[in-house]
Amino acid sequence: MYKIGIDVGGTNTDAVVLDKQNHVIAEVKSSTTEDVESGIYQALEKILEVSQVDPKDIDTVMLGTTHATNAIIERSRLTKIACVRICLPAGTAVEPMFTWDESLKKAAGDTYYFVHGGCETDGRPLAGEHLDYQECADILSKIKESDVQSLAVTAVFSPVLDTYEKEFQKIAYDVLGEEFPVTISSEIGSMGLLERENSAALNAALVNVAKAVSDGLEQSLLKYGINARIYFAQNDGTLMEMEHAKKYPILTIGSGPTNSIRGAAELSGLKDCIICDIGGTTTDIGILVNGFPRESSVAVTIGGVKTNFRMPDIVSIGIGGGSIVRFDDGNVTVGPDSVGYRITEDAIAFGGDVLTATDCLLATGRVHIEHPNINLDRLKTIPQSVLDQAVSTITAQVEMAIDKIKTSAGSVPVVLVGGGSILIPGDIEGASEVIRPKHAGCANALGAAIAQVSGDIDKMYSMAGVSREKVLQQASKEAKDKAIAGGALAETVEIIDLEVLPMAYVTSEFVRIKAKAAGKMNI
Amino acid sequence: MSRWITEEDIENLAVGAALLGTGGGGDPYLGKLMVQKCIRENGPIELIDPNQLSDQDTVIPVSMMGAPTIMTEKIPNGDESLKSLRLMEKQSGVKANATMPVECGGLNSTIPFVVASKAGIPVVDADGMGRAFPELQMETFHIHGVSASPTALHDERGNAVFLEAQDSPMIEHIARGVAVRMGGVAHAAMYKMTGKEVKDTSIHNTMSLCIDLGKAIRETQITKQNPIEVIKHVTKNSIYGEAIVLFEGKVTDVERKSTDGFVRGKATVSGLKSFIGKTLQVDFQNENLCAQIDGKVVAMVPDLITFLDSETGLPITTEGMKYGFRVICIGIPTPPIMRSDKAIEVWGPRYFGYDMDYVEIEKIHDKEESHV
Repeated sequence: MYKIGIDVGGTNTDAVVLDKQNHVIAEVKSSTTEDVESGIYQALEKILEVSQVDPKDIDTVMLGTTHATNAIIERSRLTKIACVRICLPAGTAVEPMFTWDESLKKAAGDTYYFVHGGCETDGRPLAGEHLDYQECADILSKIKESDVQSLAVTAVFSPVLDTYEKEFQKIAYDVLGEEFPVTISSEIGSMGLLERENSAALNAALVNVAKAVSDGLEQSLLKYGINARIYFAQNDGTLMEMEHAKKYPILTIGSGPTNSIRGAAELSGLKDCIICDIGGTTTDIGILVNGFPRESSVAVTIGGVKTNFRMPDIVSIGIGGGSIVRFDDGNVTVGPDSVGYRITEDAIAFGGDVLTATDCLLATGRVHIEHPNINLDRLKTIPQSVLDQAVSTITAQVEMAIDKIKTSAGSVPVVLVGGGSILIPGDIEGASEVIRPKHAGCANALGAAIAQVSGDIDKMYSMAGVSREKVLQQASKEAKDKAIAGGALAETVEIIDLEVLPMAYVTSEFVRIKAKAAGKMNI
Repeated sequence: MSRWITEEDIENLAVGAALLGTGGGGDPYLGKLMVQKCIRENGPIELIDPNQLSDQDTVIPVSMMGAPTIMTEKIPNGDESLKSLRLMEKQSGVKANATMPVECGGLNSTIPFVVASKAGIPVVDADGMGRAFPELQMETFHIHGVSASPTALHDERGNAVFLEAQDSPMIEHIARGVAVRMGGVAHAAMYKMTGKEVKDTSIHNTMSLCIDLGKAIRETQITKQNPIEVIKHVTKNSIYGEAIVLFEGKVTDVERKSTDGFVRGKATVSGLKSFIGKTLQVDFQNENLCAQIDGKVVAMVPDLITFLDSETGLPITTEGMKYGFRVICIGIPTPPIMRSDKAIEVWGPRYFGYDMDYVEIEKIHDKEESHV
């Protein structure tokens, strides 16, 4: 049996076929299309042709996609939503969607309601033990008569206690029908109400986009006679089933860089390393800890909206194969602007008149590119000192970015992938070794294909009268249960992250615990 | 000489307050949004110089106390501090002519603007810490004889406490407990003063300094000026002394632990450029307390010790410090009112458990210079 991994990027849609041992059988690249779906069909058609694998032998398909990100950034194909904040008698100082700009409000709507409920950090109710059914039903009746097609529900401290959000969801099904999409925030974001509410609202606005992709993928698989389980890659390097992705499309955001990191790690066989993906314009550097990309701790902004998403910690610098090199008074600069995909026309070595990073490396004679237009003689007019300085600047900038993302001062292996990886022909300071794996071009699609199933929690726990070990055990168990519920094989599930965060200024016994478990897919 | 505060000013205030907040004071994001909403609804907010007050005026400062992290989840209604101010007025039989902040730092610099907007009164351009400190008796008001008693506290549900105690430290002790019972955060009105007391006991013009600092730092992102030079220039022309670059380097370790309701720990930075081969260590208790280079103290409370991102000059909070950050650590000499014998007793190095006397940052620095 085989599996297919597909990655839809900004420029290319890549696909790989893997066998059960995760060996790459075939890899293809095709152009990403505006509607995205037809790009996926083309990639599928090509990979089946190249690999010669019988469609019947494909049992799993994993998709990493930028559909959701693009819909938000372009403010297109979004669904009209309403936000419900369960917070009264607190929580009204800043209303939902307060920070959204007019274009996003126009595309997704700006209807919101406040409802009594939610709890304190220790679970004590803010209003009552339960929601007031009539209060909720009245709001839902108004929604029924409006053009709102999707709901986002956020309760105060729902990461501690999600019952208020779930109760509201149930009442919404009573009034609007079971088919009505209702996003509840505790299933998406962590602590920080405004950011979590934003994530839930964006998710609610994406339900139709998610349905279109899922339906499109299902139909094309059907067309090619592939009867496989379909998974979507998440931003944290794990998978979710298609049914879950339809409900939580926002979780696919950021899966691109994550897949690239994990794919590169798989190719190198390492669990702890730094991944350096050098493209045409930028270099993206991420870090793999215990097999998973480390997450960013700062709030992530998507299309101008602050969210509290789990996203990989990526350092991006303006260094790539097409970076423009300038010299002036003995001062040499590289990037951040780039000739991009025009490198084969604009770069001097290719017959153009722009000095690029690639030109400088070619001139050193340390790297070699097979291309009919290349003529190294054109580079002879460039002063040697400029070439030397450019090459050392490139290495120094990449080294500095690598150092920035490290978790400790020790040396770590660095895996180089991407079309621009020729820019670093030698050693990297702070790297115990530099690895340049095969199949580096399909790292993203491979990353999607090998993603794991996970479960995570981020909650406040009371330490009153309980030992620290007990609390940590409880948190770990909740994370593992969540992973297993998500489709992970129970015996392979392990805790991959556990963090205890203190809270300043409170003299009580609360701690915040973040835990994440992941395991192999239960096939 | 009133200054009318706009949404843009509040963006700047948030940055400047984080700088004077010396790593503490919580995330100013929510506070900023709350004021911006008020300005959208009620128009710009009046900021007055302390000298614009008449001696007989009544000023009631407002603030939040407790865990800023809880407030980012249980958002307030925005009128809690106003209710505390009203309760103070009712119980004391006075009417507030103005309100003001008790400290410079994330949330507490912005809350008085919310109250001012809703009550239609001005904010006094001053505060009682000149920075952020962890406890509420650490105020120039307290040091110069104004009591934190009585204090009015409200939660979001309308529960209220009017607290009278023997002295300011006892108010801190009891109010801290009330804040826990109110769900981790209480919205307070305290240190009710006359106009004369504000003029005599507060640190003047700190809010406009925050705005000016924030504006200057944010503008360098467009003008590409050196943010450090800009900070030096603004501080030199204020009641504070000119900012001193203590260190430049890369964060190599951040150690944090929670004890007695505070986050204590230390940050270690390895030197770069002219500091290569040297190591900086900064101890903190919510706020940065003491900076040492290779074991030698270079700055201590109450002088300001703040980390800035070395590229943008934007201040970094204690919570935001991470391995690998390129930082510049600056020190800012505090004004004389924060360095009196009584003040050093309340917030000097000995109060925080250091076995050393307070030495002014500029004296330490001058000595260093003369050695070189």
